[in-house]
Amino acid sequence: MATHQSLYKYIWQHSRRDQLVILVIAVAAQPFYFLTLTLPKLIINGPITGPQNGTAFTTEGATENFLRLVIGLPDWLGGQWTILQGFALERMPYLVALSFAFLALVGFNGFLKYLINTMKGRLGERLLRRLRYDLIDRVLRFPPSHLRKAKQAEIASMVKDEVEPLGGFSGDAVVWPVFLAGQGLTALIFILVQNFWLGLIAAVVILSQAIVIPRLRKPILQLGKQRQLQARELAGRVGEIVDGGPDIRVHGTSNWERADMVRRLGKIFDIRFELYQRKYFVKSLNNFMAQMTPFIFYLVGGYFLIVDRSLDVGQLVAVIVAYKDLPGPIKELIDWDLQRQDVEIKFNQVMDQFHPEGMTLPEPQGDAAAPMPFTTAVELKNVTALDDAGFTLLDDIDLTLPLNQTVAVVGPAGCGKEALGQLFARQVTLKNGTVKAGETDVLSLPEASTGRTIGYAGPDGYFFPLTVKENLLYGLKLAPRSGATAERRFREANRAGNPVFDADADWLDYDALGTRDPKAILDRMIDMLSMVELENDIYQFGLQSRIDPKQNEAAAGRIVEARLALHKRLSAPEYTNLVERFDPAAYNRNASIAENILFGASIDPLLQPHNLPVLPHFRRVAAEERLDKHLVAMGLSIAETMLELFRDFSPDHPFFDEFSFIPASELPAYQQIMKRSKMAELSYEDRSRLSVLPLRYVEARHRLGLITPEIRERLLAVRRTFAETLPADLAARISFYQEDKYAASASIQDNILLGRVSYGIAHAQERVNVLVREILDQLDVRDLIIEEGLAYNVGSAGKRLTTAQRQKLGLARALVKDPQVLVVNGALANLDDQQKTAIVERVLAHRKGKATLWVLTKNDLASRFDRVLHFDHGKLTSDQAQVAIREAAQ
Amino acid sequence: MSILSEVELLRRVPLFANIDTSRLKLLAFTSERLSFDAGAVLFREGDRGDSAYLILTGKVDVAVNSPKGEVVVAHLGANNIVGEMALLCEMPRTATIIAAEPLDTLRIKKDQFLQMLRDIPQMPLEIMRELAVRLNNVNKELSAAHVKLRAAGLE
Repeated sequence: MATHQSLYKYIWQHSRRDQLVILVIAVAAQPFYFLTLTLPKLIINGPITGPQNGTAFTTEGATENFLRLVIGLPDWLGGQWTILQGFALERMPYLVALSFAFLALVGFNGFLKYLINTMKGRLGERLLRRLRYDLIDRVLRFPPSHLRKAKQAEIASMVKDEVEPLGGFSGDAVVWPVFLAGQGLTALIFILVQNFWLGLIAAVVILSQAIVIPRLRKPILQLGKQRQLQARELAGRVGEIVDGGPDIRVHGTSNWERADMVRRLGKIFDIRFELYQRKYFVKSLNNFMAQMTPFIFYLVGGYFLIVDRSLDVGQLVAVIVAYKDLPGPIKELIDWDLQRQDVEIKFNQVMDQFHPEGMTLPEPQGDAAAPMPFTTAVELKNVTALDDAGFTLLDDIDLTLPLNQTVAVVGPAGCGKEALGQLFARQVTLKNGTVKAGETDVLSLPEASTGRTIGYAGPDGYFFPLTVKENLLYGLKLAPRSGATAERRFREANRAGNPVFDADADWLDYDALGTRDPKAILDRMIDMLSMVELENDIYQFGLQSRIDPKQNEAAAGRIVEARLALHKRLSAPEYTNLVERFDPAAYNRNASIAENILFGASIDPLLQPHNLPVLPHFRRVAAEERLDKHLVAMGLSIAETMLELFRDFSPDHPFFDEFSFIPASELPAYQQIMKRSKMAELSYEDRSRLSVLPLRYVEARHRLGLITPEIRERLLAVRRTFAETLPADLAARISFYQEDKYAASASIQDNILLGRVSYGIAHAQERVNVLVREILDQLDVRDLIIEEGLAYNVGSAGKRLTTAQRQKLGLARALVKDPQVLVVNGALANLDDQQKTAIVERVLAHRKGKATLWVLTKNDLASRFDRVLHFDHGKLTSDQAQVAIREAAQ
Repeated sequence: MSILSEVELLRRVPLFANIDTSRLKLLAFTSERLSFDAGAVLFREGDRGDSAYLILTGKVDVAVNSPKGEVVVAHLGANNIVGEMALLCEMPRTATIIAAEPLDTLRIKKDQFLQMLRDIPQMPLEIMRELAVRLNNVNKELSAAHVKLRAAGLE
């Protein structure tokens, strides 16, 4: 671990100026604070109890000078200095003047407090922003070995939560203790001035508080540290449970994970509970000590007042008022010190985690917008690399890679070929040797430059939870290309030491794309996707997506056009019955009863076919149209069949899940219902249980012959009434199927088909797919669908894609920026051989005459490259140009 | 056509002749009704099989690959079952089945079929009987072929 700055150094270095400004204001506020303490005494001793206290107000009409300012210096410094003479006021006006002065002071004090607090808040936020940015910047510069070890949830919890208190604290780091100490001292001096002994008592109590309390708090801080570590680990473990969710399920180890969680939560509970016990003990002790002093004041002060007569009532009241203000600052000072220690521990802990050895220096990442293309071949000299465990990956490799050659790298797994690929992705640290292009050291070039000149696709590329398109173009966002500048934002960013990169600017490298035309860029993306055989998947994503016809009127129009064309084609004799269209006037035998009633698509969970039974509107319509008795009758028929078919099966029989309308657990209940129905004793509940069954029934699939002409007419009537009387709020959330209208809530695919592929016709789905594709091509709607597919969100870490899709996308991402050097490192490992061969051939045709280094998992494709490198045990064992190989074979 | 009419058709298949109506109903219910146009291929020789087809109406051609290309070796009509061998043992399809005319079938998936064998004791018995009959036929044909070969002086 490299060392890092201490908390105070960090705060002082980055907020010195702000801290000093606040400090000056805080110090300047002190005299006013002292005045608010003195005024009550003046008011009570002056105009209120005036005559008894030997003031000027002994006679009617006597006056006192208001705003008379005299500084009493010792005689040897010149005695009393009168700064302001003031003006004479009678008793009542004097009282009014003093009271208003008091009010004004309170107001002014409040304003100063407000000013200081907002300045502190701003300072704290700036520092927090700087610290968070520093931490993230460090994550971006972590050495690859550390990145592999780091747990992302822990890192995230540190950046997000653990440094949070630092922001609040840094505003108080300097000012608050000075301010509080000043306040406490002022109050203490005030008391001392009034009465020396009382002041001494107060000072002793405070001193003992200041010594005892922090000692008692030491173990609390230790517990706090433990708690933080436990909480961070908990966050890490939760992240693992989410990431490893599928594997936990596969192995059935969820209880093991539960046990681990229970143990961790128990630990946190124990720590917290002990923390509370100690914390509240200290708190009550502190309170007790603070409350003890007034007791002494009443007793001792009373003694001075009654017996000694060295104290008057006004003074005693003022002392008690001043003392009321005294424990506040002291207590807060102690609290502040606690917070300081706490924050310091947190800061050190967090910083330790962010200072691994071997961090990339800030410079190699740089912000170079202009790439530096290689002009000569890339040369590896004496390259030796080790892995984390010190195992040799590459052993003294000498190699020249010209910029116009396609090179295959082969060898058994772990032979060093993978490391050779990773070398170009800067994931391997060199122990020895150089990688140079001419005079340039390739590995110390700015990352923004190598990111542009070298394209790398590994076996497990990471994808951000963005759209396919954004992931595809991710490698082209190296620097902001157009400056949408927001001045204020940048000024503030500067103050917090953040770089002024504008995330809202257009970062796309149009030079690398060679065009600014959106259509040409789309074509480029489609080309690359076709090259890696991903285009069809993206097209399918497009078909499954939804578009908003209001925002995308033209597209919706095109799709309806495609639908009409499809329906026309489907009326040809060879396609008869292939698709049963959604005809508002006809019952669809290939859709369920519920779908036939709803007859529309919605993304509202309430308006899904399976939720129809709980939709009040449906119940109302079913009763109104007298459908309910038919539903019960159909339900009886279904229940009877299910009981007959599944009666003898054990409840865990796979047929239940797949075929039965009634789950095994409910079979006995339905048996009872059947018995009661024979005696015509069906209860309301029985009837509703029965009427749920037929809603899932699809005539063409289940073939129980339930949809008689009479029932068909009933269902159509229900469909009509359902739509006509649907409350407006629900109606707004469903799109009913209409031949000439785009259904907003349905996918593009469903919109094109607007019907159901028929059950029971061989290869129906495939034939329809071919037909749809044909029509979309004819109408030139394909690009539109692909564009929608490119907007598909790949999910966290690309989890919504299959492994094969991720690998293909990774390769396409490297290809799309047309890099000078393309490095493919086992990037197609999960594809079948046929696809792999096809993709390699297409990519090689595309990269002809451009440097391409391909680490192959199997040797059989090597013959397609200009040159083949064989690796074994980290050594380059043979290096043959293809021509030579062919000659050798002959 | 509803399940009940399918049950009637199933009853005419020798393999299912002695099985309870409720079982046949289950078989029909868990199977997929599938129709083919004339000329459509149900499956190809060498494919991996995942289902058998019971011919309800129509006729199929059974073809096998030979050095001279695909040769039709047999025709099968209603009440015949094709593709069941691939369900019983893990082997590729031994012949290509082509719809000779518009065809109506019941497609029985492997999982259901095997489940049925486990659940219904009569079924394995019927299948053994059916296989024994086929074996007997093959034996007869084989010995007839032997006789022919010998007569031709080739053995």
